[in-house]
Amino acid sequence: MLDRPHHTTADIIARCEALFSDLSFTAAREWKAAEPGRIVVGFLPYYAPRELVHAAGGLPLGIFGGGDQLEVIHGDAYYQSYICRIPRSTIELGVSGRLDFVDGMMFPSICDVIRNLSGMWKLMFPSKGARYIDLPHNFDDDLGGEFYVSELRETCEWLSSLTGKPITSDAIRASIAVFNDNRRLVRALYQLRADEPWNVPSSELYLLLRAGMVIPVEEHNQMLTNYLAAVRLQQRPIKDNSRVVICGMFCEQPPLNLIKSIELSGCYIVDDDFILVTRWENSDVALDGDPLRNLARADLHDSKSTPPKYEPDEAKKGLYLVDSVRKNRAEGVIFAMTSFCDPGLLERPMLQAVLKSHGIPQIAFKYAENSGQMQPIREQAGTFADSIKLWSGA
Amino acid sequence: MTVIVGPKTKPPEAIKDASMARQKQMVNAHYDRLASAKERGEKVAATFVPGNLNELLMCFDMVNNLPEVNAIQNGLRRQSGGYVMEAEKLGHSEDVCTYVKSDIGMMAKGNIGPNGKPLPDPDVLLLSYTGCFTFMKWFELLRRQYKCETIMFQTPYLADGRITTDMISYMVKQLRQDVIPKLERISGVKFDIDRLREYLRKSAKAEDDHVWVLQSAKHKPSPIDAYFGGIYYIGPIFGAFRGTDDAIEYYKFLRAEVEQRIAQGKGPVTPDGNMGQERYRLVVEGPPNYTNFRQFWKMFYDEGAVVVASSYTKVGGTYDYGFRHDPDRPLESLAEYCLNVYTNRNLPMRVDMLENYINEYQADGLLINSIKSCNSFSAGQLLMMREVEKRTGKPAAFIETDLVDPRYFSAANVKNRLESYFQMIEQKRAGFRGAA
Repeated sequence: MLDRPHHTTADIIARCEALFSDLSFTAAREWKAAEPGRIVVGFLPYYAPRELVHAAGGLPLGIFGGGDQLEVIHGDAYYQSYICRIPRSTIELGVSGRLDFVDGMMFPSICDVIRNLSGMWKLMFPSKGARYIDLPHNFDDDLGGEFYVSELRETCEWLSSLTGKPITSDAIRASIAVFNDNRRLVRALYQLRADEPWNVPSSELYLLLRAGMVIPVEEHNQMLTNYLAAVRLQQRPIKDNSRVVICGMFCEQPPLNLIKSIELSGCYIVDDDFILVTRWENSDVALDGDPLRNLARADLHDSKSTPPKYEPDEAKKGLYLVDSVRKNRAEGVIFAMTSFCDPGLLERPMLQAVLKSHGIPQIAFKYAENSGQMQPIREQAGTFADSIKLWSGA
Repeated sequence: MTVIVGPKTKPPEAIKDASMARQKQMVNAHYDRLASAKERGEKVAATFVPGNLNELLMCFDMVNNLPEVNAIQNGLRRQSGGYVMEAEKLGHSEDVCTYVKSDIGMMAKGNIGPNGKPLPDPDVLLLSYTGCFTFMKWFELLRRQYKCETIMFQTPYLADGRITTDMISYMVKQLRQDVIPKLERISGVKFDIDRLREYLRKSAKAEDDHVWVLQSAKHKPSPIDAYFGGIYYIGPIFGAFRGTDDAIEYYKFLRAEVEQRIAQGKGPVTPDGNMGQERYRLVVEGPPNYTNFRQFWKMFYDEGAVVVASSYTKVGGTYDYGFRHDPDRPLESLAEYCLNVYTNRNLPMRVDMLENYINEYQADGLLINSIKSCNSFSAGQLLMMREVEKRTGKPAAFIETDLVDPRYFSAANVKNRLESYFQMIEQKRAGFRGAA
């Protein structure tokens, strides 16, 4: 029943919610079963070269933890209490057989925990492939660029070992083109939300992005097209909310209720760092020439600044957040960081200092993917929204 | 109810062997050199222990300051707790690395070094990014404070358990095109590759003796403790002395000392004197706790437990599998050194290493000291423990402390766990004897 076309926002979001809640990944399983030789390659949040999986004839499958729906039983036995939750629930998904149809997993270099999880995967699931994606922190084409091209080339070889077929440059170019469409649609969705946040609730935007993690990109493109068309036909009531940017949700996912709680407390979220892989590159990736080089150049020169990434220029440190506030006419920033998250929590004081120097209001709290108590967050965000209204520009 | 507390007695002065005293002199001299570097017109580079390019920095006449070592020294001197809390007052999270917070807190309190003299501001931060994500953020934080140039030197992770030509190529190109030109500009000293070769030749000499000392623990009884004592044995080679004559002399001296201990059938030197009978031989994974170092060590030697091999003594470089700095391949050799540091190895490699140690050093089991604020080490250790147990059949145990935050050292808990563990080893032995 997941495949019938939907054209109202409610119907589209209902389908997204069904996909989001399905921790057995039925849609991806069905896609794989539909044709012999298809592969499914999981990837952890933040970033993965999905184009390469697509070019190999595979489905890149976003593995974004278990949220607040999965009871973690086995996963807790693998981690101390002072380590974040997403690796536990990822292990739980693996151990409980929910990922038994996945042919390989990609782990981006986001932090030491996810990096070490790549090795755990090799030990725990030796018959499944595990590929660590080592992103460059040197942004010179001849240095970090060349290194990243070699990483992408090795990733292609790894994917070929799963399919038994080489990946051609033409196939990668075609995949880049499809993902460029996807990125354009996601950018349009973000722009529309910034322009009319009352019409594009962030809980809906989030579900739309999450849906794109578990279905083929072509289908997701159609879904986004339909949503953008449908949402323009409706007019929801405008509230006297404060406009905020959310920062810190780039890896472990917030419970959906957390996003809803922030919105219910009187905030319009006008920018965020949800599911960055959908808009890692700020604009289209070039199609002419060597596709791996084009992907590497886009990563080096046209990708998002985020806490896990090195910033070589101190003068630019944290300005991405200031720019986002200005571009999206936000009135403040909410730091929502995952507990025990090294990249987020080490970055936060630097970002706070930059915001302070620009006179941008801010608050901070921590969450976990299974946080259940929303009242304190609602009160904190509500107070923040009120204080912005009362004191901003005073 | 009135509680009468007796006068607090100071613990007796720790007994040190001659090599420890010698090392202390070296470290003190280095801190004095750091404190007066600016007066003498010397430039200062801050960098990290894993991926420490001391030989390269010496080519530019730079003094090497290691913030990790400062945090350790402050931990040993019981000053780190206050520094950590100072950093938390400034907005740093309770969840993150306590080395970083100790360093930030120390800066906030005037940056007084372990020798009581102010540490100089660095002229450059050499961000040797090797197997620990926190390094990157740490130096971004320091960069804000010191307003000095930062050089990123990225070491690819050995995710597939092997060094590739692309990895070496990336690192050598970074050295040639980025790191070295920047160090030339900052220091005003022209790079001389022959000078680097000479330092690397000296490094290799010291490394030979260093490895010999660590491997002496294969003897029964072991003449050294390769974890608590190992902290001293890695000091010069992991710090600001690799590539110097001082390091060569120190390790030659240390080796002679250990040879003598073997000849006399002695076990390790502990702060309370020679260790008694060796009852348990352990392999330890993870860094030690520094705020209660002596108390922690005592829990081992009081029970006759000696650590015969540890992963922590490989955190600044893995030499016992044959790697040596090579003057004939100077830049490639620096790259290989960085690639080989312990936490830059993937988990399967780390498990293999621990398994080998248990077998080669005839250990009774594995003990993991899991550090609260060090995900690079800690994430995955519970699986590592199971794997090593499964492969070796030897019992393993798990304790939790922290690097330099005294709030996370619970002596009673650690002691209980250790005592249970030693009983487990005894039972395993009894079972083995019964089955024989």
